[in-house]
Amino acid sequence: MARAVSNRRQIVTTIVAWTIGLLIFFPILWTILTSFKTEAEAIADPPSLLFFNWTLENYEVVQERSNYGKFLWNSIILAVGSTVIGLLIAIPSAWSMAFQPGKRTKDIMMWMLSTKMMPAVGVLFPIYILARNSGLFDTHILLIAVLMLMNLPIIIWMLYTYFKEIPVDILEAARMDGASLKSEILYVLTPMALPGIASTMLLNIILAWNEAFWTLNLTTINAAPLTAFIASYSSPEGLFYAKLSAASTMAIAPILIMGWFSQKQLVRGLTFGAVK
Amino acid sequence: MATQHSRSAARLMNTPAIFLLLVWMLVPLCMTIYFSFLDYRPLRGVYEWADGFENYARFLSSGSFTDSVVTTLIMVGGILAITVIGGVLLAMLLDQPIWGQGIVRILVIAPFFVMPTVSALVWKNMFMNPVNGLFAYLWKFFGGTPVDWLSQAPIFSIIWIVSWQWLPFATLILLTAIQSLDSEQMEAAEMDGAGFFSRFGYITLPHLARAITVVVLIQTIFLLSIFAEIFVTTNGAFGTRTLTYLVYQRVLESQNIGLGSAGGIVAVILANIVAIFLMRIVGKNLDN
Repeated sequence: MARAVSNRRQIVTTIVAWTIGLLIFFPILWTILTSFKTEAEAIADPPSLLFFNWTLENYEVVQERSNYGKFLWNSIILAVGSTVIGLLIAIPSAWSMAFQPGKRTKDIMMWMLSTKMMPAVGVLFPIYILARNSGLFDTHILLIAVLMLMNLPIIIWMLYTYFKEIPVDILEAARMDGASLKSEILYVLTPMALPGIASTMLLNIILAWNEAFWTLNLTTINAAPLTAFIASYSSPEGLFYAKLSAASTMAIAPILIMGWFSQKQLVRGLTFGAVK
Repeated sequence: MATQHSRSAARLMNTPAIFLLLVWMLVPLCMTIYFSFLDYRPLRGVYEWADGFENYARFLSSGSFTDSVVTTLIMVGGILAITVIGGVLLAMLLDQPIWGQGIVRILVIAPFFVMPTVSALVWKNMFMNPVNGLFAYLWKFFGGTPVDWLSQAPIFSIIWIVSWQWLPFATLILLTAIQSLDSEQMEAAEMDGAGFFSRFGYITLPHLARAITVVVLIQTIFLLSIFAEIFVTTNGAFGTRTLTYLVYQRVLESQNIGLGSAGGIVAVILANIVAIFLMRIVGKNLDN
């Protein structure tokens, strides 16, 4: 009897949850579907959900006409570049603070976090003018540096919380056995830290890929990533819904997939360990 | 001996990060402070000292500043209300036994990974457009007159778009927090005859208080800097100019660097007030 009731309750919650889930996801689904329509069908009245002539035409047009490949390449370079360099700087830093904490470690951690709290617009002009005067405006180097510095506190914090979970006893055992600092890092720490490093990397690529303040203000053509490419659709000419959808689908697909894999790390990375 | 050696090695390993962040924070910030005391308008060739705190006085006393603060407060407040209330409800829903829970979770979280320019343009064109948007079609279908969302209800529209992006974030964090709730306590309360609302009010909500605070603070810090969503939808028109957007316009559009820099410093100070509260919570957690 009780079981029947709870079963019925599960049916109801399942229906409600699926309905809400689909409603929230609908704009993305609609974008993906529209990307396979012709421009005329994209604005057809009444709109059709599935029964239209599926076409790949928009993807071809977007790639040919707007140099899509270059923007995509820039997005990849900026996201991966800033993440890799960020990790190279953050790993030693987080390692030293997690395993050799000093009196001021906590203060340093908090100070690093505070740099993340500074609104970008407060330093917009200095960065802009430094970029202009040094000739680095609209270059990969500049954007990689800015994105890396912007996310460095998050990377260090995430790695720190992961490193903290590694049992110190193991490190001490290795030290007893005469392992040098180098081999300690290479053979003991790294294998245990790799999952944490991988998820930190994933989250940081997502953040860098979607960053849309510096990428919009510090690029024009050469280093402009997909965020800027999509923004150029804000002043449209003629029919463009299907093409906008195709461009958008290509811009979000890789990150959407990566994002689904990094749900758990997202909580840890963006709350700085305050919610577990 | 060995400890001392490894300790100095540790310091050495931490140096690059500290040095880079120090430069990244101090150099531009000092420059902004310096610029904020100048009358610097490159388009007119003006570059001289301003009269003391003139820029600050002018920025703070201008009507556009007051308007932008009001807009920012409405926007951030509206988004926080929608995402936190919606997030609590959704988290409680997703915590129930559901068939296909993993998939529903994936659907709900997805908007967070959509880049801001994409979500803003998709909503603007394919949903809120008064002629071809899906909302216009729905309105016509039910016999209403289509609304030009972004010019008739611009702030609401942007609140809507940004809330769609941040609802998953709030949901995910609150769901994580709700899952750490002791289910025995819940069952005991149920046995004792506590109804849904008293269970929610006396057990769930107090348990979530901390997570809600964290969500509010982190979102506030990110939301104070909303940029792309305004940039591609209204470009600051129709009363959607937030403090961030006002400073951006002063600095890069009208190129009044002195005034804009003073505005930038004001934005930094306001953001830091919020940040202090967040840091306190995070700091406490670091001790445990």
